[in-house]
Amino acid sequence: MSAPALALDGVSRRFVKPLDLAERAANLLGAGRRAQVVRAVDGVSLDVAPGEVLGLVGESGCGKSTLARIASGIMEPSEGAVRIEGANRAGLGREARRRADLAVQMVFQDPMGSLNPRMRAGDIIGEAPLVHGIVGRGELADYVAGQMRLVGLDPALRDRYPHQFSGGQRARIGIARALAVKPTILVCDEATAALDVSIQAQVLNLFAELRRSLGLTLLFVSHDLGVVEHISDRVAVMYLGRIVEEATTDALFARPNHPYTQALLAEVPRLEARKRRFSALKGELPSPLAPPPGCHFHPRCPHAFDRCRIERPALREVAPGQRAACHLNDEATRSSSRA
Amino acid sequence: MAPVLEVRDLTVVFDTDAGPLAAVNGVSLSVGRGEVLGVVGESGSGKSVTGLALLGLVDPPGRIAGGSILFEGEDLVGRSEHEMRRLRGARIAMIFQDPMSTLHPVLRIDTQMIEAIEAHESVAPAVARGRALAALERVGIPSAAERLAAYPHQFSGGMRQRVAIATALLNRPALLVADEPTTALDVTIQAQILAEMQALQAETGTALIWITHDLSVVSGLADRVAVMYGGRIVETGPVAAVIERPVHPYTAGLIGSVPSRNRRGVPLAQIRGHAPALAQMPPGCPFHPRCERASALCARTMPSAASYGPAHEAACHHPLALPEAA
Ligand SMILES: Nc1ncnc2c1ncn2[C@@H]1O[C@H](COP(=O)(O)OP(=O)(O)OP(=O)(O)O)[C@@H](O)[C@H]1O
Ligand SMILES: Nc1ncnc2c1ncn2[C@@H]1O[C@H](COP(=O)(O)OP(=O)(O)OP(=O)(O)O)[C@@H](O)[C@H]1O
Ligand code: SF4
Ligand code: SF4
Ligand SMILES: [Mg+2]
Ligand SMILES: [Mg+2]
Repeated sequence: MSAPALALDGVSRRFVKPLDLAERAANLLGAGRRAQVVRAVDGVSLDVAPGEVLGLVGESGCGKSTLARIASGIMEPSEGAVRIEGANRAGLGREARRRADLAVQMVFQDPMGSLNPRMRAGDIIGEAPLVHGIVGRGELADYVAGQMRLVGLDPALRDRYPHQFSGGQRARIGIARALAVKPTILVCDEATAALDVSIQAQVLNLFAELRRSLGLTLLFVSHDLGVVEHISDRVAVMYLGRIVEEATTDALFARPNHPYTQALLAEVPRLEARKRRFSALKGELPSPLAPPPGCHFHPRCPHAFDRCRIERPALREVAPGQRAACHLNDEATRSSSRA
Repeated sequence: MAPVLEVRDLTVVFDTDAGPLAAVNGVSLSVGRGEVLGVVGESGSGKSVTGLALLGLVDPPGRIAGGSILFEGEDLVGRSEHEMRRLRGARIAMIFQDPMSTLHPVLRIDTQMIEAIEAHESVAPAVARGRALAALERVGIPSAAERLAAYPHQFSGGMRQRVAIATALLNRPALLVADEPTTALDVTIQAQILAEMQALQAETGTALIWITHDLSVVSGLADRVAVMYGGRIVETGPVAAVIERPVHPYTAGLIGSVPSRNRRGVPLAQIRGHAPALAQMPPGCPFHPRCERASALCARTMPSAASYGPAHEAACHHPLALPEAA
């Protein structure tokens, strides 16, 4: 079997949240407050096969963007390794590292915020391939026109500035910019979240088409289960820095194993022709600053039992191609009490 | 029974250098006691401006340029700010996407809630406090008694939105206008708030207008839905009729562009182009530059509404179903 296009191996990332003014003032009076540590990503391992679309879902603050940045090489992990086509990125020499970095490109959520407002669309798309010698100055104009056509933009608009485009067109510029350096892997972080549904549909269709025509590998990060379900071959579900379940899209949506996945699926609004009774998972999303011990989900889990409050459940296989991190899977083998 | 709210031909314009631009253009809608009307449409379609107009909250350069807003039988258009202020927060309330637009950042929750009660009714402080506490408990705030003394910044986004909802419902309004109150929230928190909203509404009988860009939220919550495009309601009807048998090409396009499990791997229906800005509103049917069914007539003449079933109306020259004989 060939190496995964992208592999994360026990990746963690900690941030230190510095003391704010009030806390520092309190310390002058001897309060002894210490800077808090956020484990934004906590021991994540994931493989994405060549040409595969892996969707990553989870709620606000669970660490999706941090993981996306680590995967794309914009951020270093505090622990663990990232392998691009089998090679550990940290161990690469300068030239190999540069090539590995070009191979993984990132597409961001806010097309307006991630595009330089004072640059013309054509320059935004053409800058990196020129700098990296992917294309010479002489061929640049043709190259940019080709990239614009690839994402469904009229090359005649190359001299316009970002604010002169619609939201959907700006999203396309962001995608064209990422594709212009010929990556094999795209990491998309909420790439359609800022768009209206009809425009989102255009962009999702574009991703599907680019994947087919260019054979791209995609790590597609989103809080929107409907979007992830639509575009992904496999889905990983994240909760407070950890992967709690991972499976093929069909299996995950048909037979979710983890109680959090089950709750997410039950509560995602779906187009339906009749009123439904919303019945909800109790409790707030806990703060990543003070995650609950044991299973992070236990304060909200309807099935939690003593062990969940103490011991972190390991991610393990529950069916072929499906992994979940829940103690109930051990219990189930011991007794058959679980419905 | 007369509806709580009946809006007829409401037009709201913004005065600009290029002349008045209509953000809301001849909107008619109604909502009855205990009923939920969903208003959906893409960004800029005029949903928020419609909601704000109902509460008399459109500020210059915007103004109501025509139509009527009958609330409990009386027209609100032309009422003084003083009169509107007495209605707002008492008989009519509104909640917004950002709860901080209704909560005061440096006042304690109890102070704000008690003020909201006392502004409209003279009650003993202890009574007002008791009501504030009960309201927080009803929207599912844990240890509400202690939370009363907290400041808004000490709450999570979902909790803040619940406080805003509790505050809006304190005086048991006859009408609540909710403008995307769950859009910024996570799915599990959104589901909690929708569940609480349903329970509260069953209890108080408040008529509810729920504004959102997300058709799937409306479909689970509302009795009827109004679809807006370019400042107009292009289709309205019972949720089941509109979702299962959309008549207007824009509604059909919206439904087709929602990713769903049945269509994985299949390209989504997409509506070409993008919504027009106010200053570039096309003549005729505002949807015609994006519409697959458009004809020369569409580019010239605004279609008028026709009936497609009980309470189901749409405005289109070439609808996806035959209208009922008038
Ligand atoms: N540069 C940073 N410094 C300190 N803390 C950070 C930093 N970046 C992220 N965090 C924290 O790490 C956690 C995970 O953040 P991240 O942005 O990865 O979440 P997310 O899943 O992308 O959330 P969202 O859905 O809101 O985008 C959060 O608690 C966040 O506050
Ligand atoms: N103060 C204002 N001055 C000028 N134009 C305005 C003003 N407020 C709103 N508009 C315009 O009115 C139109 C309708 O805006 P509105 O806020 O009602 O849209 P919406 O449907 O609520 O969109 P969204 O989903 O983005 O909230 C838009 O074209 C907007 O640009
Ligand atoms: S380990 Fe325990 S708390 Fe965590 S999801 Fe499973 S049952 Fe719930
Ligand atoms: S009136 Fe014409 S352009 Fe407008 S929606 Fe109907 S068919 Fe399309
Ligand atoms: Mg993020
Ligand atoms: Mg709005």
